[in-house]
Amino acid sequence: MAKAYTPGLKVTARTTYRVRRLLPVSGDVRVKVGDSVSAETVVAETFLEGDVFPIKVAGMLSVNPSELMPLMLKRAGDAVQVGDALARSKGIFGMMKTEAKSTAAGTLESISESTGMVIIRGAKTPVQVRAYVAGKIIEVIANEGVVVETDALFVQGIFGVGGETWGPLMVAGKSHTEDLLEEHIDASMKGAIVVGGARMTAGGIRRAREVGVAALICGGIDDADLRDVLGYDLGVAVTGSEKIGITLLVTEGFGDIAMAKRTFQLLLAHVGKMASVNGATQIRAGVMRPEIAVPLGEASSGEIFTGGATAGILDIGTPVRIIRDPHFGLLGSVSALPEQPAVLGSGSKARVLEVALESGQRVTVPRANVELVGD
Amino acid sequence: MRIVATDCGSTTTKAILIEEKDGVFRQTFRGEAPTTVEEPFADVTLGVANSVTELQELSGYKLIADDGTIIRRKSAADADGCDLYISTSSAGGGLQMMVAGVVREMTAESAKRAALGAGAIVMDTIASNDRRKPHEQIQRIRELRPDMVLVSGGTDGGDTKKVIEIAELIAPARPRPRFGGEYKLPLIFAGNKEARQTIERVFSGEGFALSVVDNLRPTLERENLGPARERIHDVFLEHVMAHAPGYDKLMTWANAPIMPTPGAVGDILQTIAKGRGINVVGVDIGGATTDMFSVFGGVFNRTVSANLGMSYSISNVCAEAGMDSVLRWVHLDMDERELRNRVKNKMIRPTTIPQTLEALVFEQAVSREALRLAYIQHKSFATTLKGVQQQRTVGDAFSQKEAGGSLVDNMALDLMVASGGVLSHAPRMEQTALMMIDAFEPEGFTEIAKDSIFMMPHLGVLASVNPRAAMEVFEKDCLVVLGWCIAPRGEVRAGRPAFDFTLRRANEVVAQGQLIGGEMRLVRFVHGEIGMLEVRPERGLDMGAGPGKPVTREVRGGAVGIVLDARGRPLKLPTSAVERRVCVEKWLKALEVYE
Repeated sequence: MAKAYTPGLKVTARTTYRVRRLLPVSGDVRVKVGDSVSAETVVAETFLEGDVFPIKVAGMLSVNPSELMPLMLKRAGDAVQVGDALARSKGIFGMMKTEAKSTAAGTLESISESTGMVIIRGAKTPVQVRAYVAGKIIEVIANEGVVVETDALFVQGIFGVGGETWGPLMVAGKSHTEDLLEEHIDASMKGAIVVGGARMTAGGIRRAREVGVAALICGGIDDADLRDVLGYDLGVAVTGSEKIGITLLVTEGFGDIAMAKRTFQLLLAHVGKMASVNGATQIRAGVMRPEIAVPLGEASSGEIFTGGATAGILDIGTPVRIIRDPHFGLLGSVSALPEQPAVLGSGSKARVLEVALESGQRVTVPRANVELVGD
Repeated sequence: MRIVATDCGSTTTKAILIEEKDGVFRQTFRGEAPTTVEEPFADVTLGVANSVTELQELSGYKLIADDGTIIRRKSAADADGCDLYISTSSAGGGLQMMVAGVVREMTAESAKRAALGAGAIVMDTIASNDRRKPHEQIQRIRELRPDMVLVSGGTDGGDTKKVIEIAELIAPARPRPRFGGEYKLPLIFAGNKEARQTIERVFSGEGFALSVVDNLRPTLERENLGPARERIHDVFLEHVMAHAPGYDKLMTWANAPIMPTPGAVGDILQTIAKGRGINVVGVDIGGATTDMFSVFGGVFNRTVSANLGMSYSISNVCAEAGMDSVLRWVHLDMDERELRNRVKNKMIRPTTIPQTLEALVFEQAVSREALRLAYIQHKSFATTLKGVQQQRTVGDAFSQKEAGGSLVDNMALDLMVASGGVLSHAPRMEQTALMMIDAFEPEGFTEIAKDSIFMMPHLGVLASVNPRAAMEVFEKDCLVVLGWCIAPRGEVRAGRPAFDFTLRRANEVVAQGQLIGGEMRLVRFVHGEIGMLEVRPERGLDMGAGPGKPVTREVRGGAVGIVLDARGRPLKLPTSAVERRVCVEKWLKALEVYE
């Protein structure tokens, strides 16, 4: 059996892309099945419970918690403003009364006779969920959200930072092997999804942030440049919530590495169209990769993709990318799948395969060190 | 007797077959298959059946029925099926808990110990004095999505106010459970019994499933973790497992309660430490986390270093330790920028393996730092009880250990057990041994072993139903003895004698010589051999009997042999990069690490 399962990243010219857009807590859905939506359309909204502020009222009045209740001026359910008197002490012969004032605004939720603590619940905060991609609503999940569907060009990246964004697709530079430099970015790229070629340089990233580019997409990034952008060294690949004013997405990995030619050409073919990008990456159980979706119009009944990890079968002729040194980043196709494990240069024994590289050279690598490329 | 045991990990389900032959239990076959908890399968039993099917194919016994269930034998005469089926699980990220207590160093720490000992990952510890403001604590509680919460606080009969205050912070924060929006979040109260009634009232609202157990710190001087740990296991089965796909079915298959994987590992190490009367440290270094277990003087401790691992967390190890610390173990030329990018590439593609020797050397250097940092965390957590008032007389003022001092004592350590990919799959056993020695810095006489195929979880559960079977398999098939590390405590002087040694086998001298400060030497002493090793340290160096005093102990042979380590403790590497590289190269050569 000269076959093996291996992970891969999805890069496809056209797929039916479905995305679930859900509220964190139940709320109201604002659209219905069949509605056409743009990326910005609010599809569902709700209110999150307000923050909780505990105030040690008994302590402020220097009384026992059990004596607090008769001294309370506000009751559970009352609205409270900052500075409002919550309770007042009896004082001495009716004089020298002390007041415990609220340090938070909201609603008085509870008064504890055990600890003398009063809980103020702050105002609810509104939460909106947008469609994220232009398409059609195909399902409404009552009180939770919707499923949006569209036919799209779809590219899964390997790593990203920054959250969801959208804008017109633009290209900086001329080829997939060219690094993205400062001079490739200009003011016209404000709010755009900008595709570079190979590595995004520190200068390129800096200029893109100055201009207000929505997202940068390149083959690679240097670890040191990522550290500069984030302000810290990323320890684990769980990203998406960074507030850095831009979404960065790399398709191949860290270091000097060109974007796969096919990926670059696919994106190039859709310059000017609206694209949606999410840099969120989660490399744990339930893996999540960053993505670019370029809606192409009405959904057709083709293959359906709903995100997540992809995997496929390795076979002779399967296009692969080598994902570990000493051949990191090279592309080729499987030319042999020996059954027996081989001893590697490291001394370990592992199952291997032979890859015919684009240069014509053949190399043997562990099966764990390749990933599928293509649809 | 025929026993099937499985461990359902996040990615792989591992099955082993244990058989009693001629009155002795041995592990005979193993099989594995991808875990099937997540979509599209969403049924853990499929992966279990697949892994057991592999056992079936290898052993020739029919173990899986046509309906996909495990076949049970009616009598020992039956050719097919097994007599006992048991399982552990860490699928879906294991058991994730939030714990709370009043004083961080006392009840909160005891609560953390109870949760960790039960096999949980502790997401956060809330305490009155954790230096966060109440609203910050509430915010944090709201962000967490734990599987369950453990609340402790106060000694029995003591003040109730503080623990109720903590409860009053947790209740309105309404933490939501990780799985299933509609199920109530299990909350265990193990604090001051006088506060129970109020606690029941505080958590009486919707959203919590409260259970009350005995106080885990009834007095300052005593910890009583058993009831809380048992309740955690029960709740794990009743609530958490019951909501994980397929576990309801798996629970009906198993003859013993399904345990969280690390909890089972802890149990087997405690069984071994008790059975042999020794002090043990066990480590399991994974891709994302490192689990550390110790039993010193019969006291068990477990810690999980959440972001110290060899793939998902490799970048964090390099960030926490610093690249200089990692590279001090490397004897080859490496470009730092390229290495940093490689580390990140491993982080984003965690399943790749080192192909070149250079890549292997680097990963093993990272593992030393991950283990070293995890051990530091473990030592600072595995302590005697803090907050205990001590009465001292002039006589014992010098001998009595400070309250809250670490229980971990490298000189008293008898056995180190290594497990986890980078240690178990190292191409040479010498590599595993040296990684352990460099990271843990054992002192005196310490035996080193590795878990051959990560069987400890299976044996942990087995110990609860058949302790003899668990012990026999552990000794014969689970542990691969690598050998011994012999190292003096104290500072050695480079170029000056550190200790002399004589190894005898049945009164015949097998090896003898002198170690110079900074030197390492390997004496091959193969598995099955037993000898007496006499070590005579120089003045100021301690081999266990006191500075300068000779020690003679029995040693057993192993796959590596006896490592004589005269580098001194604490281990100090030369500060000059050139000198350091020469030293490291010399040690690697002496132990035949990469030859």
